[in-house]
Amino acid sequence: MPTPAAATISQPTPGEWTLAGNWTVAGLGPLPQGLEAEAPSSGVVVLDGSGLQAVDSAGAWVLKRWLGSHSATASLRNWPPRLQTLMELVMQQTAPNIPPMPHVSSLQAVGHGAENVMQQSLALLGFVGETVMKALPLLARPQRIRWRTVLRNIQVGGFEALPIIGLTSFLLGVVVAYQGADQLKHYGANIFVVDLVGYAMLREFAPLISAIIIAGRSGSAYAAEIGTMVVTEEIDALRTIDIEPIELLVLPKILALAVALPLLTLFADIAGVFGGMVMARSQLDIGFREFGARFGQEMQGATLLIGIGKSLVFAFIIVLIGCFQGFRTRGSADSVGRQTTLAVVQSIFLVIVADALFSVVFSILDL
Amino acid sequence: MTATTAAPDLVIEMKKVCTRFGSHAVHSDLDLDVRRGEIFAIAGGSGSGKSVLLREMILLQRPTSGTIRLFGQDIATLTDAQAHTLRQRWGVMFQHGGLFSSLNVRENVGLPLREHSSLDDALIDDIAEWKLSQTGLPPDAGLKSPGELSGGMLKRASLARALALDPELLFLDEPTSGLDPASTAGVDELILRTHALYGLTIVMVTHDLDLLWQVSDRVAVLGEGRVLATGSMEELSHDEHPIVRAYFTDPKTVQANEAEHAHESRKEPAWKTR
Repeated sequence: MPTPAAATISQPTPGEWTLAGNWTVAGLGPLPQGLEAEAPSSGVVVLDGSGLQAVDSAGAWVLKRWLGSHSATASLRNWPPRLQTLMELVMQQTAPNIPPMPHVSSLQAVGHGAENVMQQSLALLGFVGETVMKALPLLARPQRIRWRTVLRNIQVGGFEALPIIGLTSFLLGVVVAYQGADQLKHYGANIFVVDLVGYAMLREFAPLISAIIIAGRSGSAYAAEIGTMVVTEEIDALRTIDIEPIELLVLPKILALAVALPLLTLFADIAGVFGGMVMARSQLDIGFREFGARFGQEMQGATLLIGIGKSLVFAFIIVLIGCFQGFRTRGSADSVGRQTTLAVVQSIFLVIVADALFSVVFSILDL
Repeated sequence: MTATTAAPDLVIEMKKVCTRFGSHAVHSDLDLDVRRGEIFAIAGGSGSGKSVLLREMILLQRPTSGTIRLFGQDIATLTDAQAHTLRQRWGVMFQHGGLFSSLNVRENVGLPLREHSSLDDALIDDIAEWKLSQTGLPPDAGLKSPGELSGGMLKRASLARALALDPELLFLDEPTSGLDPASTAGVDELILRTHALYGLTIVMVTHDLDLLWQVSDRVAVLGEGRVLATGSMEELSHDEHPIVRAYFTDPKTVQANEAEHAHESRKEPAWKTR
């Protein structure tokens, strides 16, 4: 397609302007900016359109604004009929009453933010309460629990996460042993790498890394799944056929992750300690057998159980936050994305907060 | 509108178009022409491939075989630059609006202008606001987000965006689906007014018989993977093909016909006249 002839404007006699070319988006070019320099006399201005090839809304609006800024009105001459209709329609348009964007001062923004956090915390508390209330009657009648969904969730959220969790924990074990090895060698306390890797993995790293990976992997999926169901009115549909969305969507996920995350943590323990063993053998000359003997001697069952217990709490946090943010989705695709991000960020944040609280409590209890 | 001169100016030309998804053939040897300046409707039952055909016309989907010429250009040999130029020559109103939920309605309408022109923001806002008012939306609609609009308003806003660049060709996908009868009547009038004002070619996919009678110049009925019949509604209503007949034997139409014929034998029903 050849480029259209550019729009031009000239004034052969005062008060009469001749328009030519294409007054369209493609043909206007830099004309709108240059037009500001030309001043039509105020009052009625004749616009001769005999040389016009095309005018579109953009061209008509450029003319309207030019005339308007010099408080002139146009009288159209020799315009093609259809273009004249368009131009007249644009000219008739009184300045559209565009309401200004509401201005929010920074103080107001702080206030809105605080109110929002407050309101969201209350809503989360309400959601947790509602979930517990829905869960209690089910515990009395376990045959009503949707076991098939639970198993499916264990498979997707737990079993399929084994490779990534195993690899990450193994590498974490390697890193911990490597960092420790350098320091321990100075004191000839090589064997203590077993205590270092054991306590670090079993108590802290295995539960934490499993929870963080699952929050990113499954927490986001929960929020997106429920969020999309809100947008497509599936949640409303569930309510109208008298199926509790929480019973169908939240409780099976809680049950599933309450089983899967502790098991994943146990798997992470094994992979992480194995990573430490590999590093201990290559850097500190501690063989697998020696490592194992020391490990069995030093580690108590409580250490393992503390880590596993923490992961159970993390599982509740991840499911509840993921589902909660999913249910808070409103209306649009945009909102699904926002809630999913919130779900991941908040659940990781709360997992770490909970972990810190555990540390404080355990140090008081001297565990 | 009688555009049948010796060589009608064709905006869209489809020849022997076949579309297959796996083993399922949607179109087989489909031929279709759209002339400049007409309101062309594509009708047909559910699953007859109307939407796929529309998607092929707007370069969202390639047919399995066959040629499609848009404004005389064969889409098989389009360069990227030519495709960009072509896309700016048409506007599409999507069935569910297709408005971007991250932008408000006015920004949605102004987006094509922002992308493809060097006009300043204030002017683009004015133009967008004018386009919205032309489609019959209240002034405060522009600042709302698409999620806050009703179904009918969404379609109008989507039409305003489709018209942002004053296209030569306008595609309407199911312009009346999901609307109440009162809003549907408004859409008829809106389409005719838009057609007259911009002098553009309109291609619409619909199975709304009232709309077909009210606005279309020519209608193509799809079925069995091809165009079963093309013509004005008047011609199609006398078509003998069983699928076409079944399609037009809407109980409402039959009743209205019978009622009219009972009173005055020759006069056209009021809802048929333009």
